[in-house]
Amino acid sequence: MSANPVMIRLDAVAKTFVMHLRGGARLPVVAGVSFEVRGGECVVLGGPSGTGKSSILKMIYGNYRADGGRIDIHGPAGWVDIARAVPRSVLSLRKSTIGYVSQFLRVIPRVGALDVVAASARESGLDETAARTRAASLLDMLNVPERLWSLPPATFSGGEQQRINIARGFAAERPILLLDEPTASLDATNRAAVVGLIEARKRAGAAILGIFHDEDVRDRVADRVIDVAKFAPEAPGR
Amino acid sequence: MIAPADHPLLVAEGLTKHYGPHLGCADVSLEIHEGEVVAVVGESGSGKSTLLGLLSTQLLPNSGSIRYRMRDGEARDLFALGEAERRFLLRTDWGFVHQDARLGLRMGVSAGGNVGERLMAVGWRNYGRIRAEAESWLERVEIARDRIDDRPDTFSGGMRQRLQIAKNMVTRPRLIFMDEPTGGLDVSVQARLLDLIRGFVNDYGLAAVIVTHDLAVARLLSHRIVVMRHGRAIETGLTDQVLDDPREPYTQLLVASILQA
Repeated sequence: MSANPVMIRLDAVAKTFVMHLRGGARLPVVAGVSFEVRGGECVVLGGPSGTGKSSILKMIYGNYRADGGRIDIHGPAGWVDIARAVPRSVLSLRKSTIGYVSQFLRVIPRVGALDVVAASARESGLDETAARTRAASLLDMLNVPERLWSLPPATFSGGEQQRINIARGFAAERPILLLDEPTASLDATNRAAVVGLIEARKRAGAAILGIFHDEDVRDRVADRVIDVAKFAPEAPGR
Repeated sequence: MIAPADHPLLVAEGLTKHYGPHLGCADVSLEIHEGEVVAVVGESGSGKSTLLGLLSTQLLPNSGSIRYRMRDGEARDLFALGEAERRFLLRTDWGFVHQDARLGLRMGVSAGGNVGERLMAVGWRNYGRIRAEAESWLERVEIARDRIDDRPDTFSGGMRQRLQIAKNMVTRPRLIFMDEPTGGLDVSVQARLLDLIRGFVNDYGLAAVIVTHDLAVARLLSHRIVVMRHGRAIETGLTDQVLDDPREPYTQLLVASILQA
C-alpha cells in the first residue's frame, strides 16, 4: 500500500457557512480536517449525517470553498492546492484528475443518456467509438434498459437517473474518485454492480474517497474509515 | 487536458461608465481566456449590459482599459484601435448575439444573405462558395436548407436566434458576446438553442461572455460567473462554486430566489 503515491492531502481544512439571509448566522461545519488518500485505496468518511462529510468531498472537488487549510491534489503537472487554485485550474483538474459522483443527476436538456455517459468518457481522452462502447457497457452493467439509451434522462425515474449519473462518473477513468452516497436507494443487484466498479477502479490504482450509508457496501469497499466526528468545530482538545 | 497557455485573450481593468449622473458600471476588472465561457448575472439595472457593451467596445468607458490578444498574438489596447480596425475585429474575430434579433440581423435580407454578408466583409467574392458556406452554417444551426432565400422576418424567435449564431460563427470568431440570447423564448426553444451554443463552445473552443438573468443558463453554459449589483462585480468565481456556495449576501439572495422546476 505504501508504494502507492499520495493523491489527496488535506491539512487543517475548515469550513463555516455564513447565512446572510438568516442575519449572518455562522454555521461552522468542520475544522482541522487533515488526512491523506493514496492511489489504490478506498477511504470512507464515516459518522452521523450532518457532520460535514459531503462538505469535505465538495471542498476537494472545488464545489465548496474551504475557509482555511490546504487541499493538495496530485495532478498531472504536480501538486495543486485546490483551496487556492484559480477556476481554470480547478476545471482542468476535474477534467484530468478528479471525478465526482453524487446520487443526483443534473440533466442537460436534449442530450440522450448514452451521449451523456460517452461525453464523460471522451473528456478523459477516449476516442468517440471507444467512448460509446464504454458508455454502453456501463449502462448495461447498471441495468439501464437499452430502449432508454437514446432518450434524454430528464423524464427517467429517480433510480434510472442515479444509475446514468454513476455510469457517467465511472466512464472517465480519472486517478481520483469522490463518491457521495452513489449507492443510496439502489437495489441489491445495482449496489453489487457499483461495488464491482469501485473495486475495478481500486485495482487500476485510483484513489477513492467516499461516503456510504449502506454498511454492506462500506464493508466491502473500505480500506479505512475516517470518523468525521473528530473534525467537529467544537470538538474538545482544540 | 492541460489548461491553455497562461496568457488571457482579453484583460479588462477598472472599467467604469457613467450615464450622466447615473452609474452604469464601476471599476470592473475581468480576464477571459481562450475557450472560457463567462456568465455575467444580476438583475436588470445591475450594469451587466453596460459591462457587455464596454467589453465589446460598443460603449466607451469613462475610465479603464481593455487589452485583447489579436490573431497575430499581439496584445492591443482596444480603445486605442482605429475605427476601421475595431470594425474589422467585430466582424471577424468577434461575434455578438443580441436578445433582440432585429439588432443582429438585417430583417429585409435573406437568411443566406445575412450569413454571406459577413464572409464578403472579410474578402470572400465567389458567389457559389459564399452560398455553399452559408448553407453549411444554416444546417449546423438546424435551419432547413430550403429556407436560405427566406427573410428572417418570416422566421420564428428561436430560428432568428439560431440564424444570428450562424451569422457570427461563419468567420470562426474566437470570442462571442451574448446578451440574454435565450430571453423571451419558449422553454423548449430555449433548450434547443442552449444545446447548440454548448456544442459550438465545445467544438470550436470559443470564448464567450454571456449576459443572463437566468442562473440555470449560467450554470449550463459557463465556466465562470460574475455577479453584478449596482454596477459593481460583487462576486466572481467558478460557476458551480458561486451558485452552490455563494458568499455575498446578494448572491445568496439571488440563488435562494430561483424557482425549482
